[in-house]
Amino acid sequence: MKTLTHLERLEAESIHIMREVAAEAERPVMLYSVGKDSAVMLHLAKKAFYPSPPPFPLLHVDTTWKFRAMYELRSKAALDAGMELLVHQNPEAIERGINPFDHGSLHTDMWKTEGLKQALDKYGFDAAFGGARRDEEKSRAKERVFSFRSANHRWDPKNQRPELWKLYNTRKAKGESIRVFPLSNWTELDIWQYIHLESIEIVPLYFSAPRPTVVRDGLILMIDDDRFPLRDDEEVIERSIRFRTLGCYPLTGAVESEAATLPEVIQEMLLTTTSERQGRAIDHEQAASMEKKKQEGYF
Amino acid sequence: MNDPVYKTDALIAEDIDAYLDQHQHKTMLRFITCGSVDDGKSTLIGRLLYDSKMIFEDQLAALESDSKKVGTQGQEIDFALLVDGLSAEREQGITIDVAYRFFATEKRKFIVADTPGHEQYTRNMVTGASTADLAVILIDARKGVLTQTRRHSYLAHLVGIRNIVLAINKMDLVGYDQAAFDAIVADYRAFAEQIGITEFVAVPLSGLKGDNITTRSDATPWYRGPVLLEHLEGVEIGDDHKLGQPFRMPVQWVSRPNLDFRGFCGQVASGSIRPGDAVTVLPGGKSSTVARILTMDGDLDEAHAGQSVTLTLADEIDCSRGQVIAAADAVPEVADQFEATIVWMADEPMLPGRPYLMKLGAASATLSVTSEKYQVNVNTMAHEPGKTLELNGIAVCNISTDRPLAFDPYAENPDMGGFILIDRLTNSTVGAGMIHFALRRSHNIPWQAIEVNREAHAELKSQKPRVVWLTGLSGSGKSTIANLVEKKLHAMGRHTFLLDGDNVRHGLNRDLGFAEADRVENIRRVGEVAKLMADAGLIVLTAFISPFRSERRMVRQMLPEGEFVEVFVDAPLEVAESRDQKGLYRQARAGTLTNFTGIDSPYEVPQAPEIHIDTTRLSAEDAADRIIQVISGLE
Repeated sequence: MKTLTHLERLEAESIHIMREVAAEAERPVMLYSVGKDSAVMLHLAKKAFYPSPPPFPLLHVDTTWKFRAMYELRSKAALDAGMELLVHQNPEAIERGINPFDHGSLHTDMWKTEGLKQALDKYGFDAAFGGARRDEEKSRAKERVFSFRSANHRWDPKNQRPELWKLYNTRKAKGESIRVFPLSNWTELDIWQYIHLESIEIVPLYFSAPRPTVVRDGLILMIDDDRFPLRDDEEVIERSIRFRTLGCYPLTGAVESEAATLPEVIQEMLLTTTSERQGRAIDHEQAASMEKKKQEGYF
Repeated sequence: MNDPVYKTDALIAEDIDAYLDQHQHKTMLRFITCGSVDDGKSTLIGRLLYDSKMIFEDQLAALESDSKKVGTQGQEIDFALLVDGLSAEREQGITIDVAYRFFATEKRKFIVADTPGHEQYTRNMVTGASTADLAVILIDARKGVLTQTRRHSYLAHLVGIRNIVLAINKMDLVGYDQAAFDAIVADYRAFAEQIGITEFVAVPLSGLKGDNITTRSDATPWYRGPVLLEHLEGVEIGDDHKLGQPFRMPVQWVSRPNLDFRGFCGQVASGSIRPGDAVTVLPGGKSSTVARILTMDGDLDEAHAGQSVTLTLADEIDCSRGQVIAAADAVPEVADQFEATIVWMADEPMLPGRPYLMKLGAASATLSVTSEKYQVNVNTMAHEPGKTLELNGIAVCNISTDRPLAFDPYAENPDMGGFILIDRLTNSTVGAGMIHFALRRSHNIPWQAIEVNREAHAELKSQKPRVVWLTGLSGSGKSTIANLVEKKLHAMGRHTFLLDGDNVRHGLNRDLGFAEADRVENIRRVGEVAKLMADAGLIVLTAFISPFRSERRMVRQMLPEGEFVEVFVDAPLEVAESRDQKGLYRQARAGTLTNFTGIDSPYEVPQAPEIHIDTTRLSAEDAADRIIQVISGLE
């Protein structure tokens, strides 16, 4: 007999949470963003229900602006897990040609926030797993594991249910839904360590390689396809870069790095002095921006 | 003694593989910090995060600018700002909920539940404490043991936390005086023994100055005990004792990938299990042996407390979600009446006799409190009589469930004895409970002596009785709408009954015709039956032409104020006549049917109905929704 390590404890807790949802929700879904947290969440889902495949589909709320490497891994990961992959793109955003260059925060609002609401309503999902962690950002430190949303997807921070022990209240009225965060208690280091330990496949962009880049507004951006309009004074330079988080490629800042293996990435992360979300343009726009976005329905 | 080290930068830089190996073998300690508003709790946590280098440069820059804007420490860094997350809280200057923080040292990863110390928030502290291995109770060295200190200690002990740390903070403000420290410790010890806390560790510290938090302070040479972090790294984790207990696994989910495989998924609550071990499934009592312990990484030789696994059994026996797989030679008790401590967490008070949903492990049941033995005053620990339980109230109660449940006393096994209570209408989590023991049949406490009156009937159904009285011409759509309303209410879990011509005229009223006196008697009888049904707690729907105001008023007056809901289903005569599904208007016009409302008998239009349905504008579906909306609003 032995005491579980912290990763074993976290893994057991996440599996417990997923099984509760599978047992009690009518129509659960796993939101899959193709990032490293999603990769860990999907891996845990496979473990939770083995030898059955996870009893819910994967849903990718797509913006059409993700890195190409993400689209490649997306289909493969779903196939490997034996799960159905649903992809939703907001038809209004397609029609209006919403893009990160011309539309600023509207890009995130329409593709992600609105797109997510549309997809959940379209399929009638009543519980959606998300890969958010409490250590990511201050307003998330108070997020429940089971986060309750009104019929119009709003989050009311003052009206969340107390969570005691490992007993989760999954009851809700018709039209209401629950966002479930099985990775709530994981930290960035835990995620990396677990990927390393379990040999989980992640998008190669997390590892350093020479890639075509420009520097814009203080962010190193990768030119992932020919839709990236260069400004007059901009020059594409090949830099050795990697990404700490992945999103829409024109909005995701890279870091210059030589870390090409997982231990090197972890090493660099531990020695680094800026936080993970710093590479995301979205968080800088306003103070308490994440909390505001959450109330509006952003994951 | 070595000072604890958070992050070995040298090891990370020189040998990342060795570092990862070390990190992989860390254990995890979850703890809660409790203190009053000004005890410096947020500052202490901020300091732990800061010193563990969990704060990155960009956050630090934000912190420095925030400290100058809204901080309370002048030009110095206000560590509390790191911890106060929601912007609403920043404005109020208090934390209002449970927040979780993370940091790690070489030996352990830590999860801190930060809970507010404000009077109103017993609920938050119990929530944070329910998953904690240890509690850090803050005391302001200038103020000593306060009412809040006693309350926090009592709650930590109530929830079963075995490790208590008394963090005597702001020592810098009392000149690091040993006598002040000793006096507080003695004072606390006297109180702690009263409530059954036998052991605790007291540390003199300063969150603001950083004394005795991560490193030993020169200012307290008289202190020989561990510094705070050193103690957190070394203390035994609360889960460890579960390993030595009998095997228990609540079944969460049954895995059936094909007809030949049936696996029982759950997290082991206590003890350990090996293939070949004899187990019993409870409630039920069927026994078998464990065939395999499956994981995606291969079968295990042994599983133990804390692991999430899938078991298969050697025999095909009934086993499903809500049951517990237990060691056959040490089974848990099964009962449906218990004594338990209940902590109330909702604005709406707990009412004895009212049914609540209960979740215990993976089992769900309906629970009601049969009698409240006493309430505990969390400030004085005094036992006080009570009948109900208000927000943040704590009471020892006898409870009864609608089905037998397998359990262990909470003090022995929190996973098997802790439960939550859910309101059946709002779906909110309204309370938490901890089972002490089962009430034996031989000395059962009798049910609380409540009279089984109309309130009791309604209470059991969690609804307010109503008589929804639809009136209108023949063919106006009363029955169609009433049927829809009943279906919808039924789907909402309401107890209803529909009275209409079909089920009344053929039995109860088959001696009555259509003359005016018979019509009055018809309505009187329907009214009396509706009243009895409302007394039984039902929502009664009636669909009768009921053309006369006086009879409708008569029924209204039989019922308590507000229970009679008159619904005027308004269709102009020509519209109703054009619908004439049963051919009645045709017969009335032909003179073969007499005393027909609207033709040769009057319809007295309601003057102030609760609901007026204009059937020329509203569909039957919309009309039904409107009625439900109004009667829900009346509640």
